[in-house]
Amino acid sequence: MTVTELVSYEDALASYDPVMGLEVHVELGTKTKMFCGCSTELGAEPNSQTCPTCLGMPGSLPVVNAVAVESAVKIGLALHCEIAEWCRFARKNYFYPDMPKNFQTSQYDEPIAFNGYLDVQLEDGEVFRVEIERAHMEEDTGKSTHVGGATGRIHGASHSLLDYNRAGIPLIEIVTKPIEGAGARAPEVAKAYVAELRELIRALGVSEARMEMGQMRCDVNLSLRPDGTEKFGTRSETKNVNSLRSVERAARYEIQRHAAVLSSGGTIVQETRHFHEEDGSTTSGRVKEEAEDYRYFPEPDLVPVAPTREWVEELRATLPELPRLRRNRLREEWGVSEHDMQSILNAGAVDLIVATIEAGAPADQARKWWMGELARSANESGKALDELPITPAQVARVTALVKEGSLNDKLARQVIEGVLAGEGDPDAVVDKRGLKVVSDEGALGAAVDEAIAANAAIADKIRGGKVAAAGALVGAVMKTTRGQADAARVKELILQKLGVTEG
Amino acid sequence: MSDSIIKLTAAEIAAKIAAGELTAVEVTQAHLARIEAVDEKVHAFLHVDREGALAQARAVDEKRAKGEKLGPLAGVPLALKDIFTTEGIPTTVGSKILEGWIPPYDATVTQRLKAADVVILGKTNMDEFAMGSSTENSAYGPTGNPWDLTRIPGGSGGGSSAALASYEAPLAIGTDTGGSIRQPAAVTATVGVKPTYGGVSRYGMVAFSSSLDQGGPCARTVLDAALLHEVIAGHDPLDSTSIDAPVPPVVEAARNGSVAGMRVGIVKQFRGEGYQAGVVQRFDESVALLKELGAEIVELDCPSFDLALSAYYLIAPSECSSNLARFDAMRYGLRVGDDGTKSAEDVTALTREAGFGDEVKRRIMLGTYALSSGYYDAYYGSAQKVRTLITRDFEKAFEQVDVIVSPTTPTTAFPIGERADDPMAMYLADLCTIPTNLAGNAAMSLPCGLAPEDGLPVGLQIIAPAMKDDRLYKVGAAVEAAFVERWGHPLLEEAPSL
Repeated sequence: MTVTELVSYEDALASYDPVMGLEVHVELGTKTKMFCGCSTELGAEPNSQTCPTCLGMPGSLPVVNAVAVESAVKIGLALHCEIAEWCRFARKNYFYPDMPKNFQTSQYDEPIAFNGYLDVQLEDGEVFRVEIERAHMEEDTGKSTHVGGATGRIHGASHSLLDYNRAGIPLIEIVTKPIEGAGARAPEVAKAYVAELRELIRALGVSEARMEMGQMRCDVNLSLRPDGTEKFGTRSETKNVNSLRSVERAARYEIQRHAAVLSSGGTIVQETRHFHEEDGSTTSGRVKEEAEDYRYFPEPDLVPVAPTREWVEELRATLPELPRLRRNRLREEWGVSEHDMQSILNAGAVDLIVATIEAGAPADQARKWWMGELARSANESGKALDELPITPAQVARVTALVKEGSLNDKLARQVIEGVLAGEGDPDAVVDKRGLKVVSDEGALGAAVDEAIAANAAIADKIRGGKVAAAGALVGAVMKTTRGQADAARVKELILQKLGVTEG
Repeated sequence: MSDSIIKLTAAEIAAKIAAGELTAVEVTQAHLARIEAVDEKVHAFLHVDREGALAQARAVDEKRAKGEKLGPLAGVPLALKDIFTTEGIPTTVGSKILEGWIPPYDATVTQRLKAADVVILGKTNMDEFAMGSSTENSAYGPTGNPWDLTRIPGGSGGGSSAALASYEAPLAIGTDTGGSIRQPAAVTATVGVKPTYGGVSRYGMVAFSSSLDQGGPCARTVLDAALLHEVIAGHDPLDSTSIDAPVPPVVEAARNGSVAGMRVGIVKQFRGEGYQAGVVQRFDESVALLKELGAEIVELDCPSFDLALSAYYLIAPSECSSNLARFDAMRYGLRVGDDGTKSAEDVTALTREAGFGDEVKRRIMLGTYALSSGYYDAYYGSAQKVRTLITRDFEKAFEQVDVIVSPTTPTTAFPIGERADDPMAMYLADLCTIPTNLAGNAAMSLPCGLAPEDGLPVGLQIIAPAMKDDRLYKVGAAVEAAFVERWGHPLLEEAPSL
């Protein structure tokens, strides 16, 4: 491996214009596989979710999963694509041990959806249109685990284990047209596109699109051309870039690497490259001197897919609001800044906040809890927000308890903590921990009298008109009531007992 | 006793079992005994499932004893081509690469046979992966033609045709990609039908060329073939290319044979150079017979048929090059060279080298080449266009006629070894059968006499439009009845006893 001297990003962009192509694979969330009835549930015993068809046993035949076709059409429509009236599957022939038939059933020159676009919004609000070339259906391969090598790669491994549970899981591959004109913002556009696509896929309900679980995988193709020229340069294909941040970093790295090679008079080799999370670099994979010959031909074991226009229109009518438009609407409804909305989005909190509001919480409260206490908790436990053991309805219940005065802010935090710790729903936690605000006026009055007696000097100051000093007495009362008093009411009582009125 | 059992037709056996004149066990034992007596010479079977067959037979007898209703072929023994998967029973497809493989599942055809209480005697020999016209390409040795054991029984389904002709089984199943049911039927004086493509499920039928492969019935009489056809045909949700429509009324047609008033086509392209004189003579006599029986004969010109063989030898190898890619030593079957030092790729290469025969390798290479970029349009693409032309020629023909007739194969059975080193000569055996596979319609072969020069059987092919399989049986039954009347007995009775 040769270490590439990179050109600075600014210098690279001063001379060259980047052109990108993004290929995203999405595993559909169908219950069964693309061509057989096996379960797609993740995490099962290796090879327990297989049958003659997805193992490619002699004599077995595929049958198309109708839900997968429906998902593909929905994705195509949401990407403003045309939907094929008639299209076929094709065999992509190549050998690999984790591919049972040694051909992948895919689509070639007849994709189910083509010629679309996706508008993506950059962090400053600018909208960039990414043109979509095609979206097609195919099946996933099995998984190889290489044992004995240093890095889990096949090189140096003593043997490999094959798990075919993933073989045959439906995939949609979405390919952009060359993305031109993004200039220095190309890496940002790449990230925003993948993020937007992920939101879209989730909004359609066709996949959870979790990149960290491989449910969504991105290949970044990138080339540079000298500023002011038309012809594309030679591209590199950085494979399996599996987080939003990595997409941006990979594009950025490749821009700098290409610029370094080109400006020193070298030529870019058309090749696939591996991305390294640790340092954001890419290294050479396999060289593609000529396009690999997959010997595509129409799959004779399947009949053509011919979505009727009526059905396509029915599906179009069920499409949800596009995520970008929805986000802008919510931002206005919630009255938050572009920047705060971006943070909410990055935290994966949009839907949780919406659901919490729907469950009766005020918008600002819902946002406060998810982006504050809960975001912190998620961060500490290394989980996504929606993986926390608390539901939007529970959060809404906590805000309701605060509103009716039976919890104060401090107690509410303890209730949330209790729910996260598995102590039950908010009401149960309140009961078990005895976290009700002390609203018994007699008990509270006694506590106030006690505090005044114990802090005569401060009481005098207050009597003398220094109302701000009341804070110290409130603190004392809160301490004796172990935080279970309503601070505002305590202050009222203190002032009343000392014969002072506020401002 | 057992000699009289094995000469019975399937329909007769079923009737006798239903009437209590024979038990299924007796019938099965008679056939197992026959296999034991002659199969060493014939080599029709790769695997005989003695215990399984007897268990199935006992179940039929028990059903009858309990008064349960029996299907029309209940208790009738059958020889299954070794290309259909059978749960728990070896399935080799005539190849070393699947030696020792025990499938974990039944093909749809296997399932339907079992559900109909047909007794499966075992698995029959075949050209490796159904590639061949002589059964010489089997990795397990050739099969002899019961008419002359030094000659080929046809192929690829030579095991099935030989089993019928040697009275080892009254019924058999074959598969027909380019003629592998019809040509073996022709050279053994038996009946074989290639149903309309999609008429019989391909699920569990090991693929050679997916768009051409079609399973079908083999028997000694037209009625028996129809009874078997009805058992195995019909829509299967596990096969996307299976036709979702009622099975044509084949049994009714076979019981009501007639050609009176029918228009029968003869195609200019199905004669000429390469056709043996005795074959042409028997064919011409068949045409004369059809006329006598009341058919109107119409001459047809189907120019694209001359290109059929070339198109076939691009399409079938192309599909096979992809279908056979799965035999990589990873999941099932043979594995060679796995000594812990070699890569997966090396093991795959060594296994394929040792496990595939020459003809299979030849076709994988042909197909790989034909699908390669830069050659695809010229080869695979052009072949698909020819396929469309052939389909159109058939469509035009069937505007003028109800069925087409031709010789099934240009020559009678040739000696084992004669064409083994000459693939082109071997390919010519399927000259008349291939157009039907390319167009996807239905065809039958039935005996029409012995060639005077060698005394060997000649087959008459009847071709019908897609989904008009019943016409094959209507015409076939009429021709069969007239010939048997003329000969005084079924043609097979003239075969030497083994």
